[in-house]
Order: sequence, then C-alpha cells, then structure tokens
Amino acid sequence: MSAKVEELIKEEHPMERLLRMDRIPHIWCPTCGLGTTVTALSTALEQLQLDLNNVAVVSGIGCTGRVAGYMKLDSFHTTHGRAVPFALGLHIARPELKTIVFSGDGDLISIGGNHFIHTARRNVDMTIICVNNFIYAMTGGQVAPTTPLTAKAATTPYGNWEHPFNLPLLAASSGAVYVARWTALHVRRLTAAIKEAISKRGFSFVEVIAPCSTLYARINKLGTGLDLMKFYHDNSVIRHGADLNDVDIDFQSKIVVGKFVDIEKPTYIDCLNEGGKRAFGDKYKPYGGGNGNN
Amino acid sequence: MATTDIRITGFGGQGVILCGYIIGKAVSIYNDQHATLTQSFGPEARGSACSAQVVVSDSRVLYPYVTAPKVLLAMSHDGYMTHKDKVAEDCVYVYEKDLVRLQEHGPKTTAYGIPATRIAEDLGRKIVLNIVMLGFFAAVTDVVPHEALRQAVESSVPSGTEELNLKAFDKGYEYGVGLKEKAELKV
Amino acid sequence: MKADPNNVLTGAHYLDGNHACAEGAIAAGCKFFAGYPITPSTEIAERVSRRFPLIGGVFIQMEDELASMNAILGASWGGVRSMSCTSGPGFSLMMENFGLGLMLETPCVLVNVQRGGPSTGLPTLPGQADMMQARWGSHGDYEVIALAPDSPQESFELAVHAFNLSETYRMPVLIMTDECVGHMTEKVVIPPAEEIELVEIRYSSKKPGEAWPFEATEDLISPMLEVGKGHKFHVTGLTHDERGYPVINAEAQAKNVNRLVDKVNKHAEEIIWLQEKDVEGADVVVMSYGISSRVVQPAIMKATKEGIKVGQIKMVTVWPFPEKRVAELAEKVKSLVMVEMNLGQVFLEMDRCAKGKCETYLVGHAGGTVHNPEDIYNTIKEAAK
Repeated sequence: MSAKVEELIKEEHPMERLLRMDRIPHIWCPTCGLGTTVTALSTALEQLQLDLNNVAVVSGIGCTGRVAGYMKLDSFHTTHGRAVPFALGLHIARPELKTIVFSGDGDLISIGGNHFIHTARRNVDMTIICVNNFIYAMTGGQVAPTTPLTAKAATTPYGNWEHPFNLPLLAASSGAVYVARWTALHVRRLTAAIKEAISKRGFSFVEVIAPCSTLYARINKLGTGLDLMKFYHDNSVIRHGADLNDVDIDFQSKIVVGKFVDIEKPTYIDCLNEGGKRAFGDKYKPYGGGNGNN
Repeated sequence: MATTDIRITGFGGQGVILCGYIIGKAVSIYNDQHATLTQSFGPEARGSACSAQVVVSDSRVLYPYVTAPKVLLAMSHDGYMTHKDKVAEDCVYVYEKDLVRLQEHGPKTTAYGIPATRIAEDLGRKIVLNIVMLGFFAAVTDVVPHEALRQAVESSVPSGTEELNLKAFDKGYEYGVGLKEKAELKV
Repeated sequence: MKADPNNVLTGAHYLDGNHACAEGAIAAGCKFFAGYPITPSTEIAERVSRRFPLIGGVFIQMEDELASMNAILGASWGGVRSMSCTSGPGFSLMMENFGLGLMLETPCVLVNVQRGGPSTGLPTLPGQADMMQARWGSHGDYEVIALAPDSPQESFELAVHAFNLSETYRMPVLIMTDECVGHMTEKVVIPPAEEIELVEIRYSSKKPGEAWPFEATEDLISPMLEVGKGHKFHVTGLTHDERGYPVINAEAQAKNVNRLVDKVNKHAEEIIWLQEKDVEGADVVVMSYGISSRVVQPAIMKATKEGIKVGQIKMVTVWPFPEKRVAELAEKVKSLVMVEMNLGQVFLEMDRCAKGKCETYLVGHAGGTVHNPEDIYNTIKEAAK
C-alpha cells in the first residue's frame, strides 16, 4: 500500500462528527434518498456551526425513522407517528435545544397527521424534515397519503384512487412559518433550506422528495434510483413563493420545488409568555424552560 | 360513629354544589368533624335538576353516598319531588317557599320554608339565594354550628363578594330564628 | 431533597380528589402537564392550568391522548417532572406509548380516574375495571407500579409518592383512582414543604462517550442521561442494548425485557405498600384498594361485632401484586375476600397466589356506584363458615 492510500485510510469520514460510525453501515437500500438527506442535514449543522450538544433529533417509525439512530446527537427513536408530540415535550422542557424531527411521509402525515397540524398551529419552535418517497417502504411498499393518483403500491395493485395530500399546502395552512420542498437531487439547495429551517424561530417544514428504488420505482416500473434522479433533474420546476394550490404532485408529473413560505409569527413559547404577562403583569416570570428553577 | 346525611337539591345555576361545599367545609375545616361531599355530575349538573350530598360524621366517613338523608334542602320543586320520599323518617325539609309546593309528609318529619329568592332579590342579587338558604339551614337545624357555617361562607365565596354573601347568610339566619320561635310558641 | 415552598399550598383545604391529586403533583415538583379533557379526570388538568403560570410550569392541552403521553415522555427526557391524567377511553389511547415510556425507562406519572367501561361506558360514575389494563394494557411483557388512593387526602399523598417511585425506579408510575374519589370533597391537609421529601433522579456522573442510557447496574436501575450535555445518546423503542442501540435478536430481547421485569420484581418488597388491620389470627381477610377499601369497613365492623374474626388489607399499591403476602396468608386463613368495582380482575391475582390453600371470594360488580356494605357483609359471613 502506498503511503498516500494509508493516509487516506487514516483520515476520518467527513461526516464522522455527526454520524454514529459504530452503527454504520446503515440499513437503507442502495440509491435510497435518505443518505443524501442525512448528509444535507449534517452539512447544514456543520455550516451553521451550532454547538452539537444542543441539537436533538427525534424520529418516528419507518425507513426515515431510523435517522435518529445514525445521527451522533441526542436522539430519540419513538413510536409510529409520535415523533412530533415527543419533540414538543422535549422542546418545552429544553427550549434552548434545536429540536429536529426527521421522519417519513407516512409517519408524519398519516398516523401522525393530527399531531403535525396541531403542532404547526401552535407554531412550536421545531424543524420538521419530511422525507417523502410516496410509499410505506419499511413495511414493503404500501400506499401512503402521499402516493400520487394512479401510482401502484403493494396495497393498491390496480393503481391508487385516493387523492394524496399536498404537503406544503397542508403545512402552510396549518400554520408553519417556513415551508420548502426540494428533491434528493438538489443537495445544495436542500442543505440551504435545512439551514434556513433550523435557524427559523417557529414551526419550519422541509419536504424532501426522495427515491425509493426498491419499492416505489420497482412496483411502478420507473427504473433504478438513478433513473428517478434523472427524472427529478428533468421534471423539477423551481418556483419560489409558488401558489401552494399549484404544487400538487401527480404521477410522474412536474415537481414544483422551492421555498414557499418564510414568514414571522410568535412561537408557542412567545405566546405562552404573552398570555402569562397579560394575566399576571409583573408577577409573571417569563418561562425559559427547565424545571422553572433555572 | 354518628353520621348525618344531607341532600341539597335544586336546578343548575342556583349554587347547589357550592351550598354542599360550604356545609362540608364548615364541618371539616371549622368544626373539627368529618364531612364528605359528593355530587351528581353530567348534563344534569349543567341546567336541569342537580343535587349535592354531604355526609357529616364524628369520625372518618366510610360510606360516601347519602341514602336516607336527615336533611333535605330543596331549592326547586323538581328536585324536591325527585328526592322527597327517599329520606330518613325524621327528616327535616328545608325548602324555598316560593319554588317548592310542599306535599304531605310522614308524622316524624318537620318542614321549614323561606322565600329565599325574594330575600336575595331584595339584597339586589338573586344569585345569593343559596347563601340565604344556608343561613336559614343554620337556624332551623343543628347539624353545623352557626359560626362555623358563617366562616365557611366567608372563605368560599369569590373575593369582593364577602359582605353581600354574609348579609344574605344573616338574613336567612334571622328569618329562620324568627320562624323557629313562632313554631315553639305554637307548641 | 425537600419540596419547594413556592409549590406547596400548606394548610387545611376542602378539596376533591382530583384537585388534591393536582396539588400533590405540583408539590412533587411537576412542571409539565400535557393532557386531553375527559370526564371524570379533567379537574386535575384544570387545576394545573390555573396553578402553573406563576410557578414556572407549562400546561398544554394536546390534540389527543396519544400526543399527551408522548409529550410527557419528551419533557421528562428534557429533565422536567411530567404528568398526564385521563380516564378509560383515553387510557386505552395512551397504552402504546405508556409502553414506550417503560421501554425508554422514562420517569413520569399517569393518573387514570376510572369510570365505568367498556367503551364510553359511564363517564360520570365510578369503576375500578381498568386494573388489568393497567397491568397488561400495552403490548409485550413488563411490570408496572400502580397506586390506588382512597380519599382526597391520599390523592395528594400518593401523587407525591408516585413521583418519588418514578424517579427512584426510572419508569412511568400509574395512579389508578376512580370517579368517586376524584369527585369526592373532603378535608385535605397539605404539610409544610420541608415535611415533603422528594426523591431526585440519579443522573449518570460519567463523562460523555463513557455513559450509556441503559447502563447495567447492580440494582438494575440505570442512571438517567441528561440531554444537551454532550452525551449524544440514543434511545429507541426497539429492543436495545445498554448503549440504547437497536439489537434485533432473541438474546438482546431476553436481556432487555428481563431487566425491565426484574427491575420491579427485585424491588417488589420495597415498592409494595399494604395497610393491614387485625390480620393476625383472622379467619377471613378482606382485600381491597381505592374507594372500595373504605366501603368494606362498615361491613367488617358489623361482622366483627358478630364475633367473626375479620382482618383487612388495604392495597395502597395494587401493582406489583403482593404475591408473597397472599401466599403466606392463604396458609393461615379460612378465606380471602377481594372487594373491587369490577367483575373480578385483581381477584384473579389473589386467587392465583392463594394456590387453593384457602377459599377465595369476590365481591364485585360492574361499576356505577360503590359497593353496598351489606353485600360485603354477606360474603364475609359466607366466607367465615
């Protein structure tokens, strides 16, 4: 072995500071969009130069739900659909932490849909990264609330006939202050969006359209993961500030991506303190988290 | 273990539960005895007939519900009709004279009526009718000492309304004392 | 650690069980409450929502009970004493994530003000029919700790005790009260703060990189890890090892689940709290818990007056079940009687532990009201024959 190669081997993985290297290799399939998305989050955290002790990741169940297990951060792998309320409790106890929920479309929007809209409504200061692969992947490719009309899934063998959710519209109309959508192909733009979302005070939402080659692509005969990336390349339309009524995703249609919402609104804790002051005046001590002792 | 069961009945909004609360508090906080308050919950507590039950005892109350009350405090005809026959044979009926049409009762029972709503209206606030009833109850029964009940009224009503409520209590009490004197004269 | 005087409403009050329970939790330093309205538990939430703003706590009314249970787990991992309250239907919804709390070994307190079931049942009337759900309601094998107060005074005291147990054993603790106790108003004496002893959870003193969230310890209770301190720990509802990493095989499952079960069982004698009266030399021992343990007393007094030797065991803790004590008594007495407001739940445990060494009797009914003492008396008479 040449000296140069040895040097390379000794060199640490560029993401080592943020990944649990003792848990790598991960369980995700080759060409899955999750690796790219995790890299985007890791890069965003590096670039933001945050104290990584003060960042927590919460996931639900599913392929994306496993993200919490690979990030070298305080991380919580909760139950199906419940990452958001768990994160809400954690955030209220420790508002100084950056709380990031990283989970899939089925987890966040189907079984966890009620929590999603209510936490957006309250404008709880957290970032939601929702990886949308149009399907339930961990359980073997069943239909999801995001599966486009006519697309096939393990439980819609004749094609899906239910209308899917338009996630940016759902997030924005529920009260999110930051809403963006990118695909796993738009690595730099996605990283920038995650940075903005983390820096945003309030409920921020980033949808990541990601390829599932093993199930979604195979069942729908869309080729390989690479073919899907090519599809994103050819069919993504960047339209910042787009009318959210127009960002629906149809089967193999154009995908509108961009930053859609970026507004200011008092957060849940701002409002809590506002309410306390209104009721008790100077007697009220603003809530700063913890046991109330700090 | 001497226990006295009390039932208070009326319609929602008359302060039936507060009445029970004040009696229980008077007994257990200001008279060093034991009192357990239970109440009927549900839709009936939010409009139509409702009732509160207090068990008063020298020692810890073991059975919390009232079966045959020694005192029935009735503020509505409906409530009175519902409960009038499920009482102890020496029951004392304490009733709102203008709202309850008294019926025939057993030979060992007694009944004392008061126009509590009118008295409350004269004081300017119909809402204190329940406190007028409490003052009256203090005068015509001997379950709770007058002073303990008066203290419990003072510490239970919303702050700023103590004076009005104590006045209502005293009016009810005076009426009761007067009535009892008349009744004793008759005997 | 003593209670914080700012939190404690020292003095004599006339309170119902629900309000008293809320005061107990607040005295115990609870600073986060997530809940969803449900009769007959709501007064706990209402009182907490009134009391929290001035003592630095946060009350949040969640979108449902699933969210409530998860929010208190999240807050507990944030280092804040947390609780929720509910009743039957909500308790069912909480069961999945009560299991998550057990699996993540998360201290918190959950109150079930029991009403008549199944389904919507009797929202405004009492029952004790969720006792087996408390024991087995979440999926998988585990052990629980459940307390049953018999009065507003005990609702206060057991709320404090529940927090202490949850911090001691690093797990969720249940308070299984009922509509009768919850809505019954009595004198409640709240002691001065310095007389309320609180247990503080043990945090790991190890450095980041060396500490694991489920570290094996001799007493089976792993020290907790604090977020934001650089541990960068991971916890999961999946079967896991000491590090908190998922391990999906039978060996890891055996280790993980057995430790959760042993953690309670090996400390059962410390946890179990029985109040016994006249049990030595008794022919009949009446066991009961919560409100039923009060209603049995007039029946016992009447039977005693008639010369029957009756003892009473009030179970302040229902779970873990006092297996040893029941087995011991079964050898000595003629009969054991269980009085509970259900059609025989904890009775089955008593019967199992008696192993046929004595007669066992159930005085049960489907709920809606407390027992008629006469029914209990009749069974005691029968049991003494």
